[in-house]
Amino acid sequence: MEKRIAAPEILAATPAAATTANGWRWIGIVAIVAIAVALPFALSKYHVFELTMVMIYAIAVLGLNILTGYNGQISLGHGGFFAAGAYTAAILMHRYGVPYWLTLPPAALIGFALGVLFGLPALRFEGPYLALVTLAMALATPQLLKYFDTWTGGQQGINLVKPMPPPGLGIDRDRWLYFIALIVLLLAIRIAANILHGRTGRAFVAIRDHPIAAAAMGIDTAKYKTLAFGTSTLFTAVAGALAAIVIGYVSPEGYSLFLSISFLVGSAVGGIATIGGAIVGGFFIQFVPNLANDISDAAPWAIYGLAMLLFMYTMPHGVVGTLWPWLIRFFAARKTVAPIAVRRSDGA
Amino acid sequence: MKDIVILKRLVVALVLAGIFATAGGGICMSGEYSPGANDNGIKIGNTMPYSGPASGYSAIGKSLSAYFAMINDRGGINGRKINFISRDDGYSPPKTVEAVRKLVEEEQVLLLFQSLGTPPNLAIRGYLNDNKVPQLFVGSGADQWNDPRRHPWTMGWQPSYGTEARIFARYVLDNMPDAKIAVLYQNDDFGKDYVNGMRSGLGDKAGKMIVATQSYETTDPTVDSQVSALQASGADVLLTAAIPKFTTLAIRKVYDIGWRPIQFVNSVSTSVGSVMKPAGAEKSAGVMSATYTKDPSDPRWQDTPEYEDWLAWMKKYNSSVNVADALAVYGYATAQTLVAVLKASGDNLTREHVMKVAASLHDLSLPMLLPGITISTGADDYAPIKQMQLQKFDGNSWKVFGDVIKGSGR
Repeated sequence: MEKRIAAPEILAATPAAATTANGWRWIGIVAIVAIAVALPFALSKYHVFELTMVMIYAIAVLGLNILTGYNGQISLGHGGFFAAGAYTAAILMHRYGVPYWLTLPPAALIGFALGVLFGLPALRFEGPYLALVTLAMALATPQLLKYFDTWTGGQQGINLVKPMPPPGLGIDRDRWLYFIALIVLLLAIRIAANILHGRTGRAFVAIRDHPIAAAAMGIDTAKYKTLAFGTSTLFTAVAGALAAIVIGYVSPEGYSLFLSISFLVGSAVGGIATIGGAIVGGFFIQFVPNLANDISDAAPWAIYGLAMLLFMYTMPHGVVGTLWPWLIRFFAARKTVAPIAVRRSDGA
Repeated sequence: MKDIVILKRLVVALVLAGIFATAGGGICMSGEYSPGANDNGIKIGNTMPYSGPASGYSAIGKSLSAYFAMINDRGGINGRKINFISRDDGYSPPKTVEAVRKLVEEEQVLLLFQSLGTPPNLAIRGYLNDNKVPQLFVGSGADQWNDPRRHPWTMGWQPSYGTEARIFARYVLDNMPDAKIAVLYQNDDFGKDYVNGMRSGLGDKAGKMIVATQSYETTDPTVDSQVSALQASGADVLLTAAIPKFTTLAIRKVYDIGWRPIQFVNSVSTSVGSVMKPAGAEKSAGVMSATYTKDPSDPRWQDTPEYEDWLAWMKKYNSSVNVADALAVYGYATAQTLVAVLKASGDNLTREHVMKVAASLHDLSLPMLLPGITISTGADDYAPIKQMQLQKFDGNSWKVFGDVIKGSGR
């Protein structure tokens, strides 16, 4: 699928070799998906629920990675877009009786529209200033949700009917929701990879690395920055809608500033300019606060902070950003020992 | 060719890792159904905001743990030790759902007890009722926990906001039958519970007696215009159903415009330090409210054996919480209610039976509730405390007066 990122050697090699490489790549993808499909049947319902939340956070972090990692715009307000998606799903289900799976496209649309609207003024801000503007979004969200209480249910939120798996399939609700989240996650990864590895993605990265040079090359920076914002919030809003469906309840307390910060932490820990890092980020957001709580009742956030520091010190480019190149080198080690040795002796 | 080798090895490693992960997962599969109780112990689950904006309430969680520690030191309940597992949810409903699922499915607790806050409890109510797990003595004053027909596994504890309003209504009917009542309320479920409670308490006289209502939003800077409008209605009784900040503003404004009605404020906003003193001793003197627990700093109780037991427990088990903290009294009394239920359940500790016992309490009195206030429940009455006593602020402290009043009905 991703011929574009294949190494130059492969492109230069015989077609047969390229086909084999692609074949192995596909086997790898199929293996991962097979594991993901088999896993819920080996785990208890609670662990399945936890993994579902991991995938949902991964989708949200993936959205943030597009914006922050690939386009260089920092957002401290993605919790707000997550909430927008959640309330879109909740209001559609609760007030209009829309089936849960039909709420995802409108949530995506609203996420995109909000992101573009927010991205327009954001064009004038950079770095820490943009972070502050988005911080306003995160701070305002819980209060706005309380203010428009005829729609949002105010302080008491909205209780949702939990979706039932289709009869005859023979799986329970938790596993069904797991598979829905899995399908959305795979789709999100596929779409993100297509965008990021193509022309649009190159434009995002060029703007991040050198906006003036990017503009000089003919990239419409305003258009692409707004597009990056919209795409990013689209992903995060879809994740929010899924979360509302899985949790079965929305209320302002669930979307505090801390959620936005968690996304940024998850993004940084996983690897901010990677796609796979989002999944690691999802695991971090879901499990590290609980682990910290198990280790120390008295100071869980100190443990959380320590874990964050440890990750950032040992893997400054995030787990995936640091380990992936290392992995490639490790598996290639035997073949490339000689050239490296030669290069070293040359240098010395 | 190099890349093919890399990919090949990566895939093999991945598949192996997958096999191990799946096999490992198989081992930690959930066990048989367990009610969370056996010959040696009872597992109780709880969620509490130990972190986040509502962490002030964590004194309740500490007090609950401290009370069960004392019970265990004294041999437990019918020989069973309490294993009280209290998890932090930061007052965030998604976290509550996660923590409660862990408590029910992984820790296998017998029941959920005193989880704190209206939104967190609403978030888990459906799940607990679907799975027939008791959600006992919810830590919230909302009216919705007394709904046994739709939510037979959920029960409140403290007098609800509506009950409190009905108690004010009872007092007005008995002492000022010709009163004209004005209500200032917060425009959300919390405020509306008081308005509805007042209406139902006054019954068919409500239409005549309530002459004006005004609401405010928590984003409003003041309630000046609302108070002026209420004064213009000619009312001589004012009920303010508000959170502390707006109660202070209302008390001040009422005094400043020269209005002197009989004033009731809700029990949420009776703190001397954060409501009454900031309003000014002169302006807040004479304001009335209602209460149901003993104030540990009130000298009236300090020579009684109940107070001495309480103080001994606070010093030995709960020393990290202030002796004058009303939340410690609250935790102490709710824990005692649960202990009474578990004791009465005897050796039958199924969830059904515990719920049945909780729904058949009869005139249970607790040492730190005001004398005369008792706990009663029934199959169609899931509101354990329905009585309160009125209290008046004398410019310095609250003084209870009159009889215990029941805010019955729904």
